[in-house]
Amino acid sequence: MTDVPTHATHLPPRPTVVRADRDGVADATVKVDVQNLSFYYGAKRALEGISLQAQTNRVTAFIGPSGCGKSTFLRTLNRMNDIIPGTRVEGSARIDGQDIYAPNVDVVELRRRVGMVFQKSNPFPKSIFENVAYGLRINRLVTSKAEIAERVEESLRSAALWDEVKDRVHDSALALSGGQQQRLCIARALAVRPDVLLMDEPASALDPIATQRIEELIYRLKSQYTIIIVTHNMQQAARVSDHTAFFWMGKLVEFDRTERIFTAPREKLTEDYVTGRFG
Amino acid sequence: MRARSQDLGFRLTTGAFAAALAAIVIGVGVALVSQSWLTIQKFGLGFWSTSTWDPVAGDFGALPFIWGTLYSSILALLIATPIALGIAVFISELCPARLRTPLVFLTELLAAIPSIVYGLWGIFVLVPAVRSLQTHVPDALRALPIFAGPPLGVGMLSAALILAIMVVPFTSSVAREVLKSVPVTQREGAYALGATRFEAIRAAMYFARTGIVGAVMLGFGRALGETMAVTMVIGNNPQVSASLFAPQYTMAAVIANEFTEAADALYLNALVEIGLVLFAITLVVNGLSRLLIWSMARGARGPRRKPAGAAA
Repeated sequence: MTDVPTHATHLPPRPTVVRADRDGVADATVKVDVQNLSFYYGAKRALEGISLQAQTNRVTAFIGPSGCGKSTFLRTLNRMNDIIPGTRVEGSARIDGQDIYAPNVDVVELRRRVGMVFQKSNPFPKSIFENVAYGLRINRLVTSKAEIAERVEESLRSAALWDEVKDRVHDSALALSGGQQQRLCIARALAVRPDVLLMDEPASALDPIATQRIEELIYRLKSQYTIIIVTHNMQQAARVSDHTAFFWMGKLVEFDRTERIFTAPREKLTEDYVTGRFG
Repeated sequence: MRARSQDLGFRLTTGAFAAALAAIVIGVGVALVSQSWLTIQKFGLGFWSTSTWDPVAGDFGALPFIWGTLYSSILALLIATPIALGIAVFISELCPARLRTPLVFLTELLAAIPSIVYGLWGIFVLVPAVRSLQTHVPDALRALPIFAGPPLGVGMLSAALILAIMVVPFTSSVAREVLKSVPVTQREGAYALGATRFEAIRAAMYFARTGIVGAVMLGFGRALGETMAVTMVIGNNPQVSASLFAPQYTMAAVIANEFTEAADALYLNALVEIGLVLFAITLVVNGLSRLLIWSMARGARGPRRKPAGAAA
């Protein structure tokens, strides 16, 4: 996937609607509130004192060079790092005011509320239908056949995939193209109706057309979800996000409205990075 | 020019080695047929379906041995598969890192024990245990055909148990490797949708299902051909019986036991034909498991991909 060209540079600029509601940003409510969070792999500290807020119905982008900790940080927000032995978190992360690392938190329920889409699409080797229904079934959210079918269709529509697959939902998901598979994974995440959607470089393995469709989808989904996206691609961050956080060597260097990060960053490091002087 | 002839030579040499594989399989089959020609002519297909085994009268039928081999192997498979998969899942998914290496070492050690040693252990430990188990079977159950018969200890259950013990390390090793090869993104995908650990492991096992079937089939193939340990505990009595406690016989066991005593040509041919039957059944079992794996792989990939992709 590394030999895929940095596609987004070939794309025409996105329609300006992305920026239209920027002025409303300050009024939005805080969904995810992280205070002084540090993360350790064994003795090695991978994140150091991160504090930031992601707002409801906004897209927050994490950018930074490889190994800067942006993906690790994303994965602390649904406690996906818990499954790696020897990891440890300090500080606090709250979603809707609730500390997700409190001892009484049900991690399974947390992960249902905080959906995740991965860098490489990872459909299960089942039919398109069963992929989307998986989360409904394991969480027993809906049980009747008709309700499951309804939710599957609704989710596939939300992920802008329904029209392409409606005649073959019982075919294998692995027969879909890469971009379709990634949208299927988004549909699968949406089916369990999460509040927050985490996306870990969701378009980095896709061609420019498929990337554009994912970006359009992100823009449409933010009216219903709080979206946090990790991206290697600065144009993508500029196009889809309302806020951008720049990470460097496990630290949060700067966090601001996306417009400011790309036009008038306060930190020299941020400016160097977004203008392509390193990284 | 030099490079091209070298390439050609290389292709021919390695190709010849590959062709040797096919030649060996065919050669074994041809040799078995020619060495058992007498009984093939005399008994025809009846050899497969009759139960008489009378070397003195020169009357031979392989059914009790086919029955004994399939019964003991399938029973062993039923016992061994859940245990082997449980071990594989525990080692690859659940066990603390410190325990992993010793456990892997232990399974490999179990696989390395010679079957005659398992047989000795079977005679001195397993057979008495089965005997005492049988004396504790309630009378109501003894009326059932599968529990019928006197408490001898040697018999089908002892054979199946010892086979199961021998098969477990193989199946669990392969299943463990297969589970290890499941991409971590599959488990994470399940976790991200609110899966419990059990559900995430189930998702990984579903992803690996063709490989797991392969692991089980490998164990089955081993059970079919296992000779020494089974011979020592199965009781060596050619009869078709449903009873777990009845002494029975397997194809491999009868060849091992009677080959040196087969004085006349017909008797010898009958034993070789049993070898031929075992060979054929092994081929069929392997072929069927291949087919099963292919069809599962193709189903997972969807009809739009070419079969060449599905076979990879």
